[in-house]
Amino acid sequence: MPGLRFDLRDTPPEAPALRATLRAFLAEAGRDWSPRVRAYSWMGFDREFSREVGKRGWIGMTWPAAYGGGERTAMERYVVLEEMLAAGAPVSAHWIGDRQSGPLLLRLGTEEQRREFLPRIVAGELAFAIGLSEPDSGSDLASLRTKAERAPGGWRINGRKVWTTNAHRCDFMIALLRTSPSPDPKQKHQGLSQFLVDLRASGISIRPILDLAGEEGFNEITFDDVFVPDSLLVGQEGAGWKQATAELAFERAGPERYLSSLPLLTAALDDLRDEPAAPEAVGRLLARAGTLRQMSLAVAGMLQEGITPEREAALVKDAGNDFEQALPERLRDLLDPIRTPPAVQEMLADMTMVARSYSLRGGTREILRGIIARQLGLR
Amino acid sequence: MAGDADEGLRGILIEQVDRLLADSAGPAVLRAAERGEWPETLWAEVEALGLPLALAPEAMGGAGLGWEDAVAVWQVLGRHGAPLPLAHGMAAAALLGLAGIEPPPAGFIALALPGEAVAWGRRAGHVAAVDEGGQVALHDGAGVEWRRAEGAISREPADRTAAFGTPLRTGRLPGAEAARNAGALLHAALIAGALEAALDMAVEYATVRKQFGRPIGAFQAVQQQLAVCASEAAAAAVAAAAAGRAADRRGLEDAGFEIGSAKVVAGEAAGTGGSIVHQVFAAIGFTDDHPLHLFTRRMWSWRDAAGAERVWARRIGEAALARGGDALWPDLTARNEGRGNA
Ligand SMILES: Cc1cc2nc3c(=O)[nH]c(=O)nc-3n(C[C@H](O)[C@H](O)[C@H](O)COP(=O)(O)OP(=O)(O)OC[C@H]3O[C@@H](n4cnc5c(N)ncnc54)[C@H](O)[C@@H]3O)c2cc1C
Repeated sequence: MPGLRFDLRDTPPEAPALRATLRAFLAEAGRDWSPRVRAYSWMGFDREFSREVGKRGWIGMTWPAAYGGGERTAMERYVVLEEMLAAGAPVSAHWIGDRQSGPLLLRLGTEEQRREFLPRIVAGELAFAIGLSEPDSGSDLASLRTKAERAPGGWRINGRKVWTTNAHRCDFMIALLRTSPSPDPKQKHQGLSQFLVDLRASGISIRPILDLAGEEGFNEITFDDVFVPDSLLVGQEGAGWKQATAELAFERAGPERYLSSLPLLTAALDDLRDEPAAPEAVGRLLARAGTLRQMSLAVAGMLQEGITPEREAALVKDAGNDFEQALPERLRDLLDPIRTPPAVQEMLADMTMVARSYSLRGGTREILRGIIARQLGLR
Repeated sequence: MAGDADEGLRGILIEQVDRLLADSAGPAVLRAAERGEWPETLWAEVEALGLPLALAPEAMGGAGLGWEDAVAVWQVLGRHGAPLPLAHGMAAAALLGLAGIEPPPAGFIALALPGEAVAWGRRAGHVAAVDEGGQVALHDGAGVEWRRAEGAISREPADRTAAFGTPLRTGRLPGAEAARNAGALLHAALIAGALEAALDMAVEYATVRKQFGRPIGAFQAVQQQLAVCASEAAAAAVAAAAAGRAADRRGLEDAGFEIGSAKVVAGEAAGTGGSIVHQVFAAIGFTDDHPLHLFTRRMWSWRDAAGAERVWARRIGEAALARGGDALWPDLTARNEGRGNA
């Protein structure tokens, strides 16, 4: 395929020891996680858990020691991520900061911003939200209208963000905002900038929105003359689109884009022993899981080399979403509703609902396939 | 365990094979093959490159090439529609080597797996016949009685063995699974290559064929379908490469999970991807005249060779069910653990 690279990668030599430590920790920490907690996995928010993860050095693992980071490799970090996901751990309180907000600050933040925020992310103390979507701007993100206007010493924000996962529990968001009006829709990618926004600042109101499973997962955020000092502009004024696109590559590149529903397979496997159709169905799922893992590791390897794998990440996310949505569907075919234990039933029910979000959050299936088509030279 | 060429050497090898096939193969040669014409010159050329014996140990006249390298070569071969049974010959030489039998120095060695039709059987100088228990027998091709295997979608010449004479040599593979694993690996790699070729053809066509005043590739419905095909092609290629690497690491007989996964993923990709490329080409792709079917028919045949998806998925699933839910994730991660990147 022109220009698409998936070089095979192994996990690093440190992996077996690291994995053993993680498994012991997760077995202990996860003793009382309900099926619903596991079903929500990386959308689940548990500050206490994130602090414990931080204490063990598993947040900001690749970052410089000067900011509290562990100076480990991207592949070691990958091991930590996939172990958390396989266990269905509620990692959201540190996941976003570790995955994209922190790396953004490392690449483009000021020295002051790095010193202020990174060590607290590493400690599991500071939770980040992603401030992209707006009521009228979903897939067409660049059409966003929430604006930041110059004010003495900083900026004033007015407008609305929506679908912001866990904003009501988070401390900060990285918001993509319009800093100069763009009357011409063809120029909509210009005049956008990124800001660190304190979610407790005055003028911000956060309204949780119940999701279809009855959880307060995401929010609507209204900005009414919210002041942000100059010191919290991230990167370059007007370069927000380019910066956010690179950030999206990080957002899409991880193993969470294929592993969201794996805990269900682990939990249900032993209840499938008497089902004649189970071996073939399970084998097909595992063949895909193993292959997606190789593709996901290839993307992690590119991150390790400092390459931004925008297209490869889009492809693996799209294929991964298909897999993680198919998994509950296949298991539903196989599990006998009468004999299956309640805990497994419950996880299946929750995942049947939550799985809808896999191909929406972080870019819809259609948008990702558009990115692949562009890579093929069709757009 | 087989060594593997470093990335640079592999690149050179692949380029050589690609150039050779680009110059000497093509639709006419594929059509001739379907009429049963043995590609004499092409075989001589791959022999000149030392390819048929490349997987055999150096002490037996081979090059000690690894399985991951072989997968890369087979994928290129698949990209050209595999006009000659080079993959089968290479696998046969490798299996003979594993069984301690020195492969004959020249000519095509056919691979006879239990229950499977033998690609180009009656053209073989020698036949490596493997039974269910991992016993390998080397036969002189002249002493084997063949009957034609009809009905393959690919129309590639294939025969079934009616009777063998006395073997020249016999030996035993390190594991009974080694031979069927080799068969699955080579067909997964061939499919990955053929799908890549079919995808390239479809993408190219989508940029030149115009309807409603626009290239059809400008329509989002077409773009989205080709994106799916690209994704399947990538998955098939990655799965095949990973399977080759696993065979290098752990031995062919112990790489059943990765090889089976590659066969399942490549087989599914052949189904999904094959439908998409034909949809994009529409009527012209349904003609005998158009070369698309030279690739898609082969893909569909290779899907069924050496164990269809159903067969391999069942094996993988049975093993996982026997190990239980608690072992599922640890088993998946243990397979390529802790080696770092060489
Ligand atoms: C659980 C969940 C959590 C989320 N968390 C966050 C978050 O934390 N922060 C944040 O900023 N956002 C978040 N989102 C929002 C998410 O990014 C958007 O839902 C997504 O970008 C799509 O936008 P939309 O919902 O407005 O759909 P729309 O863009 O209106 O799309 C509707 C449908 O039209 C299709 N469509 C749109 N444009 C095209 C096109 N050009 N070609 C073909 N099809 C098209 C889409 O694929 C989709 O099927 C979250 C969403 C979910 C479901």
